[in-house]
Amino acid sequence: MRAVIDKEFVSEATWNKIQDLMSRYPDRRSALLQVLHAVQDEKGYLDMEAIKWIAKLFKLPPAEVYSVASFYTMFNLKKVGKYLIQVCTNISCMINGAEDIVRHIEKKLGIKVGETTPDGKFTLITVECLGSCGKAPAMMINKDYYENLTPEKVDAILDSLK
Amino acid sequence: MGEYKLLLANVDKPDSEKLETYRKSGGYERLRKALFEMKPEEIVEEVKKSGLRGRGGAGFPTGLKWSFVPKTDEPKYLVCNADEGEPGTFKDRVIIEKDPHLLLEGIAISAYAIGAHEAFIYIRGEYEYGAQVLERAIKEAEEAGILGPNAMGSGYDIKITVHRGAGAYVCGEETALLNSLEGRRGHPRIRPPFPASKGLYQHPTVINNVETLATVPFIVERGGDWYASLGTEKSKGTKLFSISGHVNKPGVYELELGTPFEELIYEIAGGIREGRKLKAVIPGGSSTPMLTADEIKGVKLDYESLQAAGSMLGSGAVIVMDETTCIVKAVYRMAKFYAHESCGQCTPCREGTRWMVQILSRIVNGKGRMEDLDVLLDMKNIMGGNCLCPLGDAALGPLISGITKFRDEFVEHIKTGRCPLGG
Ligand SMILES: Cc1cc2nc3c(=O)[nH]c(=O)nc-3n(C[C@H](O)[C@H](O)[C@H](O)COP(=O)(O)O)c2cc1C
Ligand code: SF4
Ligand code: FES
Repeated sequence: MRAVIDKEFVSEATWNKIQDLMSRYPDRRSALLQVLHAVQDEKGYLDMEAIKWIAKLFKLPPAEVYSVASFYTMFNLKKVGKYLIQVCTNISCMINGAEDIVRHIEKKLGIKVGETTPDGKFTLITVECLGSCGKAPAMMINKDYYENLTPEKVDAILDSLK
Repeated sequence: MGEYKLLLANVDKPDSEKLETYRKSGGYERLRKALFEMKPEEIVEEVKKSGLRGRGGAGFPTGLKWSFVPKTDEPKYLVCNADEGEPGTFKDRVIIEKDPHLLLEGIAISAYAIGAHEAFIYIRGEYEYGAQVLERAIKEAEEAGILGPNAMGSGYDIKITVHRGAGAYVCGEETALLNSLEGRRGHPRIRPPFPASKGLYQHPTVINNVETLATVPFIVERGGDWYASLGTEKSKGTKLFSISGHVNKPGVYELELGTPFEELIYEIAGGIREGRKLKAVIPGGSSTPMLTADEIKGVKLDYESLQAAGSMLGSGAVIVMDETTCIVKAVYRMAKFYAHESCGQCTPCREGTRWMVQILSRIVNGKGRMEDLDVLLDMKNIMGGNCLCPLGDAALGPLISGITKFRDEFVEHIKTGRCPLGG
């Protein structure tokens, strides 16, 4: 008997995307990271329910999928805010004032690094080099880059997010 | 010497990422030449003659690497390393976002040269925009019959797939990358076997950096001898440099290898901001030992000169630090990076990088002891050469050079419990 997968767990668009991703490689398992991305893109994070669902899809033990997902920093295994603010604090950004940017955001949002605002809107984390060192300091919010940051610029960016 | 635009010739054109723009400047004619007029061995020969060395950091001769691929019938793969995670490096991103077809043409030619029909671009997950640019470019090229089955009517099939990473620096290491591409944790593999004989899915695989592959079309077009006429006697060709930190004009510049270090910093990148003095430079990404302002005097930007100066060309990521920079803090931040990115497989790397962070954190916070410096320097014996992949050794680069060259600054932190620069 084949394990029946509940397609409704994700939207039709995501389901179709997953089918496409899983057909791209000589070995299906290669699509695992891509499918983790696709599910996270829809749900915002990967809880145990999502991990189990993906495990079933790949016919892998959930512990194996969890072990892979937890290796990569981009996979959120816990709920994060609607906007995930990722400030680079690596060397080129650090020497260009990244710490001031972090402190400014902490103060503005009233949270510390690693925390989420009570309304669930923002989560603040610090990250390693984003490949924007020439336009330091830099950050990402969800999948978008913001570069050459100043506290004023950060205010404008955060205020524009609904 | 100085600036030379080969790889960056197209990037400033409007719509530079479109197939139409690319074809106007002779795009994909090099692939046509390769497929219709050259045997795979001839391409490998030209690349050998060109003297091209890997631009991802290790500098291994590209033609030689290709010649290790066995001439068997089993499937072979080409993997483009677009993980670009070495702090300070942002050069591949320019090619990916602004001239994706140049990279695709380079990948297609290289795949043909090693007998691969399938290629993967492993791009760091953060470069989502770049991944989309590449996917659109692949689609354009497939629709035009350039890529895909029977590429350009040659009878040779070339399929290119974009694969997104998910945030792990170690996945830039080629065998960790292969594991990640197979849907596993990004743990480096034990070598041998080397990827050229048993790589992706245990089949022969060549892994090359974005910049390396993007250079190949020019070698096919104008010949290996022509490429070798650029640069120095031993370091051939041009190289992309990502320069960041305290300079007036940070950015990506393409230089002929052998260009004076000072020309890059003081002329091309506009010199140090606010007229300050240079303190130290990391020449090739965070893993390469730092050099003092005095040490870069008269040094040229090529593989041999930087090695002679006690460092490495690496990925060409030049991080410039002026006199206001606290070296203790800089070293601490880089140590934190390596501790965070250690995959944990080998004890010296996992534990060593953690110790480094603990001890450096103590010094930064004014609680350091003089013995700490010896313990830190001794890391060289504990970790050096004792790790499975080069990440462990890389972590030593900034640490040992920082403490050796700026010992006074460390001592002052320890003795006074404060940063002399107020950092
Ligand atoms: C920890 C670590 C990270 C690396 N990251 C990258 C990277 O992001 N991009 C890259 O091209 N090479 C990276 N490398 C080097 C690769 O292992 C490999 O040498 C390179 O991709 C080969 O291509 P090349 O010969 O064209 O340079 C890294 C190596 C190590 C040890
Ligand atoms: S040296 Fe470090 S990163 Fe490399 S395999 Fe060992 S533990 Fe992992
Ligand atoms: S150091 Fe911040 S983007 Fe590279």
